[in-house]
Amino acid sequence: MSVRVSMKVNGKPVSADIEERTLLVTFIRENLRLTGTHVGCDTAQCGACTVHLNGKSIKSCSIVAMQAEGGDILTIEGVARPDGTLHPMQAAFKENHGLQCGFCTPGMVMNALDFAKSHPSPSEQEVRESLEGNLCRCTGYHNIVKSIMAGARAMAASK
Amino acid sequence: MTSSLIGARVPRKEDYRFLTGAGQYTDDVALPGQTYAAFLRSPHAHAVLRSVKTDKARRAPGVVAVYTGADLAAAKVGGLPCGWLITDVKGQPMKEPPFPALAQGKVRHVGERVAVVVAETAAQARDAAELIEVDYQALPAVASAAQAKKGPALHEIAPDNTCYVWALGDKSAVDAAFAKAAHVTKLEFVNNRLIPNAIEPRAVNAVYSRADDSTTLYVASQNPHVERLLMTAFVLGLPENKVRVVAPDVGGGFGSKIYLYAEDVACTWAARQLARPVKWTAERSEAFLSDAHGRDHVTVAELALDKDGKFLALRVRTTANMGAYLSTFASCIPTILYATLLAGQYTTPAIYCEVTAVFTNTAPVDAYRGAGRPEATYVVERLVETAAREMKMDAAELRRKNFIRQFPYQTPVALCYDTGNYEATLDAAMNIADVAGFKDRREQSLRRGKLRGLGYACYIEACGIAPSNVAGSLGARAGLFEAGEIRVHPTGTVTVFTGSHSHGQGHETTFAQVVADRLGLGIEQVDIVHGDTSKVLFGMGTYGSRSIAVGGTAIVKALDKIVAKGKKIAAHLLEASEGDIEYDKGVFKVAGTDKKKTFGEVAFAAYVPHNYPLDKLEPGLNENAFYDPTNFTFPAGSYVCEVEVDRDTGTTQIVSFTAVDDFGKVINPMIVEGQVHGGITQGVGQALTEGCAYDETGQLITGSLTDYCIPRASDVPMFKIDTRETPCTHNPLGVKGCGEAGAIGAPAAVMNAITDALGVKDLPMPATAQTVWRAMHRA
Repeated sequence: MSVRVSMKVNGKPVSADIEERTLLVTFIRENLRLTGTHVGCDTAQCGACTVHLNGKSIKSCSIVAMQAEGGDILTIEGVARPDGTLHPMQAAFKENHGLQCGFCTPGMVMNALDFAKSHPSPSEQEVRESLEGNLCRCTGYHNIVKSIMAGARAMAASK
Repeated sequence: MTSSLIGARVPRKEDYRFLTGAGQYTDDVALPGQTYAAFLRSPHAHAVLRSVKTDKARRAPGVVAVYTGADLAAAKVGGLPCGWLITDVKGQPMKEPPFPALAQGKVRHVGERVAVVVAETAAQARDAAELIEVDYQALPAVASAAQAKKGPALHEIAPDNTCYVWALGDKSAVDAAFAKAAHVTKLEFVNNRLIPNAIEPRAVNAVYSRADDSTTLYVASQNPHVERLLMTAFVLGLPENKVRVVAPDVGGGFGSKIYLYAEDVACTWAARQLARPVKWTAERSEAFLSDAHGRDHVTVAELALDKDGKFLALRVRTTANMGAYLSTFASCIPTILYATLLAGQYTTPAIYCEVTAVFTNTAPVDAYRGAGRPEATYVVERLVETAAREMKMDAAELRRKNFIRQFPYQTPVALCYDTGNYEATLDAAMNIADVAGFKDRREQSLRRGKLRGLGYACYIEACGIAPSNVAGSLGARAGLFEAGEIRVHPTGTVTVFTGSHSHGQGHETTFAQVVADRLGLGIEQVDIVHGDTSKVLFGMGTYGSRSIAVGGTAIVKALDKIVAKGKKIAAHLLEASEGDIEYDKGVFKVAGTDKKKTFGEVAFAAYVPHNYPLDKLEPGLNENAFYDPTNFTFPAGSYVCEVEVDRDTGTTQIVSFTAVDDFGKVINPMIVEGQVHGGITQGVGQALTEGCAYDETGQLITGSLTDYCIPRASDVPMFKIDTRETPCTHNPLGVKGCGEAGAIGAPAAVMNAITDALGVKDLPMPATAQTVWRAMHRA
């Protein structure tokens, strides 16, 4: 059965006819071809699919697209400035070598952006706790933690 | 030679695309007419396939085709080959059972592929796969290496489930040394089976074009040329010139993406039947079932010492689980890459190792980060630490007493270490870890109800297996060189093509640093291309920490040719003799004069050869090189781990982890540190959280990320990292490789720390809270 969904993604209105069971992440990747949002697992553990729904980070593999009807979605493709300049959090990941293979990275950045809103100067411990739902197999988290601490401070400073 | 870029923390060129969602991984590739594959997998560990009925599936909505093992057999599709022939103790070749891409007659592990459905959407393919009716006759199964010989036979050619019994070293010398030993330390342990879990699941998208009879395969692979070679020469019989393999951005590998997998073969074959692109992307649960696993050794190890603590001999007996079939490099991991490393950093004069490789009803086992070397390090470093405790000697001092100090050093297990300074890394690690202050910290911990322990691991690693002819004499069925090409463009910018493959290692930056440094160019003037057989001349790919040592050297060799030709061109332009031309920082100069031509001017002259020695020199500036190393490289290091164990819960926290490595020359310290962080964390995972478990019937108990715990951010601390440097003596960059070190050294360091905290001789990995709590309450 097909159903029509409409929402805003990275500031643009989008709509499509999709199967009811279509996950939000599938809608984003397959229908909208925004392939920066990744799928790393099937048990909502890895966080590679993290996007923002109405300003809050969610795992887009764990809801169907219909649940985001009318919502405002931000994916990794919508984070940098329109001229391509990296967001301070993205820049912090680059400066601190917070990524290696890049596959978990979009989810890490999306989660960190939400976290930093409420933690302008987070401690190492707070950052590690914030990463409970985001798995990385490359970095050992060391540089991700540094990136998020630096990114959060840069975001607070640029306000 | 300018060195401004060697040793510089250059930010990565590849980061922008990954940070903005513009990376192109295999599953991101969508092609016109795309179809999707789903595999029906065996729920049984061992069963006869009495019948496979596909009629209902074929009629399901959106289904394009359904194929079974019978279809592949009828089309004479070959089985998956093993790339290393081990010859056993009796001079006989190892047992190589057929490894069909889709099961034929029998299934031998849970998750083995029985059929593949191709449909218009991924969901339709999965739905239809559930409609396939398979009549299985379940058979008894065996999952553990220890039980394998007594279990039901998986393959007719190996009635006792033994693939080979292999040995290395001088058994009689070892036995004689043990007979006169003042002390013998003995440990029996399991090196736990691990599931690699790169965060990008395996994926493949195969395309066939009838227009030119060509096949293109996008695949999450660490070595696209090897994939093409195996696929064309051994499995599908396609002409290599008609097959292109592209490994675009790859989301981590850790060994698991080295191999030719059955899904790659089935999708490629199906795409050729259908003349439509066929894509398959593993779900994580499929990755657990069908990615090649790692480790899984059962070992009895003994170290003989004299009364002063000098090592006299080492005796090791290991049973290695191969799983149900031989994966691409499975056979060389517990032999060539394991037993040869048992000297570690020590002068142990006699070593003997016997390895029995067995088949079981489990997923195939192959190289996983470190591949044999973590297992060897675990044997040596657990024995050494335990011997120190038993003989009431300081664990660091015991190591120092036995360190190799003269190089080159020929070990009794085939390798010849070219260089090293083990004292230097241990000194530095102990200093950074403040070992001297440990006693105080232990008392402070005790006051808080925590048991604190400290453990060392001094590892050695052999990277860049080589040379090819020696590897060939040991059974390798492939070359182990690397290829590189330098293409200088008319305006003086450079594109470098490398047979190495980056799936997180940052080659686009590190290799560009090497090239820009050698040529005296800006790093933005150099781009690195990898991962496409239609662009890169050839390649053996990335595994075994070989990229900079082997791939980097191939690039340097090609650069030397570029500079040599550039000198000829410059000599003509400057009306000087070639021997008088010097090249430095991007400028060709006539020695002792101010006459010069820039690199860009020489490149331009090569492509616009108006003033050019056309009678003596071809136009153009484009060179390639193949490099086959004369020896392995031998990174080594010293790790110090400190843990706190909660007495009430058994939870272990790593409170400090120090790693001092000797990787030879370091090109980009930022990237190298990242490799070490990640390697240590995978080693910590093996020690504390990760343990693949099959039950007695061969069902995978740890089949998802909720059951199999890869480390989370809260499981590891900030690492204390440093390096010491003894340059490799046999490659021009002096580099050794750094990708696996952390995973090799960390497990022993962690387990030495936990056993120290608890005051127990041994503990199985993973030392989960439950395992530790039980050990405390037994003691």
